[in-house]
Amino acid sequence: MARLSLDRLTRSYGDLTVVDSVSLEVPHGEFLVLLGPSGCGKTTTLRMIAGFVEPSSGSIHIGGHNVTDKPPWKRNCGLVFQNYALFPHMTVAENVAFGLEMRQVEKPERAKRVGDALRMVRLDHLGHRYPRQMSGGQQQRVALARALAIQPDVLLLDEPLSNLDAKLREEVRIEIRELQRALGLTTILVTHDQEEALTVADRLVVMQDGHVRQIGTKRDLYERPADRFIASFIGRTCFNEGVITQAGRFETDDGLVFKVSGDAGGGPASLALRPERFVVGDQARSMDNHFTGTVEFVSYLGSSVDAHVRLGSSTKMVVQMANRDGYVEPSEGDELTIGWAQSAGLIYPRNQGPVSQGEEHS
Amino acid sequence: MQIVALREGWFGRLALKGTATLAMVYILLPLVFVIWLSFFAQEIPSFPPDGYSLRWFFAIADHKVFAQGFVLSLQVGCLATVLGLVLGVPASLVVVRYPFQGRNIASGLLLAPLIVPGVVLGTSLYVFQIETEIATGYPMMGSFWGLVLAHTLIVIPWTMRLVTANLQGLDRSIEEAASNLGAPPFTTFYRVTLPMIRPGIVAAALFGFVNSFGNLEMSMFLVGPGRTTLPIAILQYLEWKIDPTVAAASVLQIALIATALLITDHYVKLSRVV
Repeated sequence: MARLSLDRLTRSYGDLTVVDSVSLEVPHGEFLVLLGPSGCGKTTTLRMIAGFVEPSSGSIHIGGHNVTDKPPWKRNCGLVFQNYALFPHMTVAENVAFGLEMRQVEKPERAKRVGDALRMVRLDHLGHRYPRQMSGGQQQRVALARALAIQPDVLLLDEPLSNLDAKLREEVRIEIRELQRALGLTTILVTHDQEEALTVADRLVVMQDGHVRQIGTKRDLYERPADRFIASFIGRTCFNEGVITQAGRFETDDGLVFKVSGDAGGGPASLALRPERFVVGDQARSMDNHFTGTVEFVSYLGSSVDAHVRLGSSTKMVVQMANRDGYVEPSEGDELTIGWAQSAGLIYPRNQGPVSQGEEHS
Repeated sequence: MQIVALREGWFGRLALKGTATLAMVYILLPLVFVIWLSFFAQEIPSFPPDGYSLRWFFAIADHKVFAQGFVLSLQVGCLATVLGLVLGVPASLVVVRYPFQGRNIASGLLLAPLIVPGVVLGTSLYVFQIETEIATGYPMMGSFWGLVLAHTLIVIPWTMRLVTANLQGLDRSIEEAASNLGAPPFTTFYRVTLPMIRPGIVAAALFGFVNSFGNLEMSMFLVGPGRTTLPIAILQYLEWKIDPTVAAASVLQIALIATALLITDHYVKLSRVV
């Protein structure tokens, strides 16, 4: 249990730099999530902390000690693998005892700590079983107990839930979070699943192409995404392309004029809007921006309904409507008035690459 | 259409079963005849038998060559298996885990004894041992250890093949987990890697041993005076006589190998590794 710091951690393979100068300070007891698409360097970063990948440069400190040159077996990091990685020839109890055995913990003490660890994950009655006799969720909890039993300085979780089905994932996720809080463990979780990231994290680190793009709380990332990538990666966003003609005025490529806030300089820009920030119908008319368009496509999602509303030849908005009492579902071809607050729109420099108009990321 | 499909399915199944049965009969028939023959009462094998007797099994005991051959084959087989594993398992690890220049050549060479005809292997080892003896003065040719070393060559390719296959299917993260929990490399190998490749090692030991035990062509070049393996003893006996003693000796050999297979299969499901 300790503070973890990474200082300009870098890893290159030949010309390819997979982790580029990543610096992080993780205070004691924090749950930090490394989030990003596959190939962004998050797993390599985690494996460097665990000692399985040697950094090309930079340093790693755990609890104030420099562990950069220490081999994995001398680091005291508990690592939970994506595929559980339990020892198939050992029982559950033997799996959990392994790390204690390596630390030469006396037998009676070892048995007690194995029992404690298994009790934490509610598997103390299955200690005699072999991993193959257990379900995926149980195996992952054994892996967690095994990592916790050694009382690690840092707990590292490498996409620990991606092999579980949706329902179980939610359960184990909450369990991990509760245990982490109860034990006050400094924890790093790697995932590409933003929902998972948002449920457990104290702070998130969004990575792309080996770089840290933004570090912040969930609210920071969702409300104030630092760039277009994060706006599209965290939550859903619809983008429309245009130009800032003067402060507070965004003109779309097809000539519509929206009021926007912020002091972004003039020139080509993208306007990002979250689908849930729209207001529809009569209430929309009192908003800073309100337009009437044609519903092109409706997608029913249960608790909410998405309507894709075309405002102009290139301008399209994805509007999320809550499925509550008295709500009338629009049909394709209907005219719909939508409105949004000036402050809801986020302005980013226009994307370099080709962007399809009205594109939506989810 | 449905009827045709049904009939085709029916025909296909029958054809498959028929072929499988034929193949099984073809493989098993000689074994059946050898076992049958070993119980014939008369000296010259002819059908139908005059009667049945166990006397040929007792006759083996009278033929000291057979008993000595059996013991020698057993000793050589066991020692060669141990040596083959001690050399083959680390070699497999290196070939699978550590890319180096000429890795394919190395693994090809280690598998070669399986492909090179026994006679060629025997001749070359014969020449090699003679030359070594001339060069060093150590009486290698015809010695017990010379034979053991030659048989080790039979075991190594089986170890390479089976253990390599086992290692390639191994999830590396399990070893990383051990390392992460505080196990230094050797402990990880001993406590985690080795138990996980046990099926491959057991299968390699079995197949290595069986092939060493039954080897005839190579051994013929290397045995010394008074030192005869069981297959050679059987062959030499056949040159003079064809009474059922040979059949009885073969039955014992078959029984030994079958027992080894069954015992191994009890611990390691052979169908999974081979």
